[in-house]
Amino acid sequence: MLFTTFAIVTVAGAVAAMSFRHLVHSVLSLIVAFAGLAAIYLLLGAQFVGLAQVLIYIGAVAILVVFAILLTRNTREIQRSIAVSSWRQSVAVVFAVFGVLAWAIYGSGAISHVMRPQPEVAIQQIGDALILRFALPLEIIGLLLTVALIGAVTIAMQEKKEKR
Amino acid sequence: MGETADQIFVTLQHSIAGYAPAGLRPVLSTMLAVIAILGVFALLFAMTTVLERKGLGRIQNRYGPNRVGPFGLLQPIADGIKSLTKEDIVPQAADKAVHLLAPISLVLAAFTLFAVLPLGRNMVLVNLDAGVLFFFAVSSVMEVAIFMAGWSSRNKYSLLGAMRAIAQMISYEVPLILASVTVIMAAGSLSTVEIVARQSGYSGILPHWFVFTPWGFAGFFLFMVAATAESNRSPFDLPEGESEIIAGYFTEYSGFKFALFFLGEYIGMFAISGLGITLFLGGWSAPLSFLTWIPSYLWFFAKLLAVIAMFIWIRGTLPRLRMDQLMNFAWRFMLPMALINLVTAGIWHFFEHGVLRWIVCSVVVVVSYVLLGRGLTQGWKLERRIYRFAE
Amino acid sequence: MTQLTSCLLLSALLFAIGLAGALMRRNAILVLIGIELMLNSANLNFIAFWRYGPHPEALTGMIFVIFSIGVAAAEAAVGLALIISLYRHIRTTDIEEVNSMRG
Repeated sequence: MLFTTFAIVTVAGAVAAMSFRHLVHSVLSLIVAFAGLAAIYLLLGAQFVGLAQVLIYIGAVAILVVFAILLTRNTREIQRSIAVSSWRQSVAVVFAVFGVLAWAIYGSGAISHVMRPQPEVAIQQIGDALILRFALPLEIIGLLLTVALIGAVTIAMQEKKEKR
Repeated sequence: MGETADQIFVTLQHSIAGYAPAGLRPVLSTMLAVIAILGVFALLFAMTTVLERKGLGRIQNRYGPNRVGPFGLLQPIADGIKSLTKEDIVPQAADKAVHLLAPISLVLAAFTLFAVLPLGRNMVLVNLDAGVLFFFAVSSVMEVAIFMAGWSSRNKYSLLGAMRAIAQMISYEVPLILASVTVIMAAGSLSTVEIVARQSGYSGILPHWFVFTPWGFAGFFLFMVAATAESNRSPFDLPEGESEIIAGYFTEYSGFKFALFFLGEYIGMFAISGLGITLFLGGWSAPLSFLTWIPSYLWFFAKLLAVIAMFIWIRGTLPRLRMDQLMNFAWRFMLPMALINLVTAGIWHFFEHGVLRWIVCSVVVVVSYVLLGRGLTQGWKLERRIYRFAE
Repeated sequence: MTQLTSCLLLSALLFAIGLAGALMRRNAILVLIGIELMLNSANLNFIAFWRYGPHPEALTGMIFVIFSIGVAAAEAAVGLALIISLYRHIRTTDIEEVNSMRG
């Protein structure tokens, strides 16, 4: 019951995010979708991931998108359509993709699976796994985030040297 | 006697919840605790508004409010009546739904922060395994609420104030979280109850609080400065400074919604001070070992009042920082200091107990503080060298 | 309809919605939002399989999602920086206007 509520909230937020004309409304519905997903993660027992989802996606990625929207605003409101000219083909592709995925889910062994009890995960175990077994991916993602930070700042920096 | 006074609220909660059928008992006991938290912190908010105005008044060589009630102590009631009966003006071009939702989500997020703070022995609402992470996750929802407030007013200055506030809050979140990570490293757990339990021993009469270690002292300083910036209080209150940008992101709010914003900000300030007390000042444990007969919740609130007094004092004393000074301070002083503090905490952990680790850690912290401070004030930059030859 | 099936169907639905947005909207920022939704749906898939699959104590699904959230944040940052830089040249974020190779 709880899962159904959060699922409806998430899907409603996602549909609203993709269909609003005004960009900031779209980002606010995206935040609702992220919050719904975080609630589902907490329901499934993944405490760390649910809280990390709120912290990173809602607290950082959504705010980043908001800043980008405010920096790239068109001051005149254009009455063009919100969809690209090839939207009919896109709709067909999307329905095909969802059809294939749903067929794969129903045709797999997921229909008849054994219900397991909630796994008890201590945060300590996640820490141990990250440092012992996944030490190399941890270092690589540190490097990746540093490179992304430097890259994003370099790309978005204003070029100052052109006025002579 | 000390034990019963200490646990009096816990036993009260259990006895009232005992009247319910067994299925509803946890729900009822949680609801009692929630009502108690809401009541206590709303009262504390009312008291703080009048204390702050009187404190600021005395610092500025004048009386604070002293008309309503003895020494002006019933001022919050007058303020409450005023804000409830004022006309609620919403700008015509404003986005009505978001305009209404912003103060509500701010207050909701601010009150949710108290769920993981241990207010006394056995007096935490939810003992989450990842309590500190929960705290930071919910405080990032507060940033979104501030953006919603600033943007929905359709006012250039509100939007500017909201953008500045978000930039400031995000910049100061990094040293805040890094300072907390040193404590998490030392305590070995993200759970606030566990962190307080680690600080509740005594060696002689002195407690084992983390603030009494070199890295803890630097970490406490970093945490408190970042907490001041996170709650948009002076000297970091450029986004809401009255003389700069009228009221920043809540310019267009009036009446009850303005009061809700005020409430949300102050409750956020209490919550983050509460986290600072939990992480560095030992939570509910007494400062000297012969004082443990005083109940634990009294110690928590005493420390909270001391930290609030500190905030009021700083507000009355220091001038406001400009936006670029603020950002420079965060990225060029606090972030390197927090990283060096992290290394120092690691060094502290791996040395054996004794004078040597005190000396090494103190030297590292003091030297880095002096060098970084000098670098900030004199504007040292990493630039390419420019060679000048004799003409 | 077991719990696992409903989680997987939700994930497939979110993926389809994100894909629809990424393919159909004109604004580049909305394309990025669609991509973020698709990444989130994949994360949900991983967590569902971690919870209901064999060996949840190995924590593989959870660790994968932690890294995936980190990578998605980095990619959003770089993508938005590119969009801002593009806007400075062309003064629009409409992807139908970006159709020439000349700078």
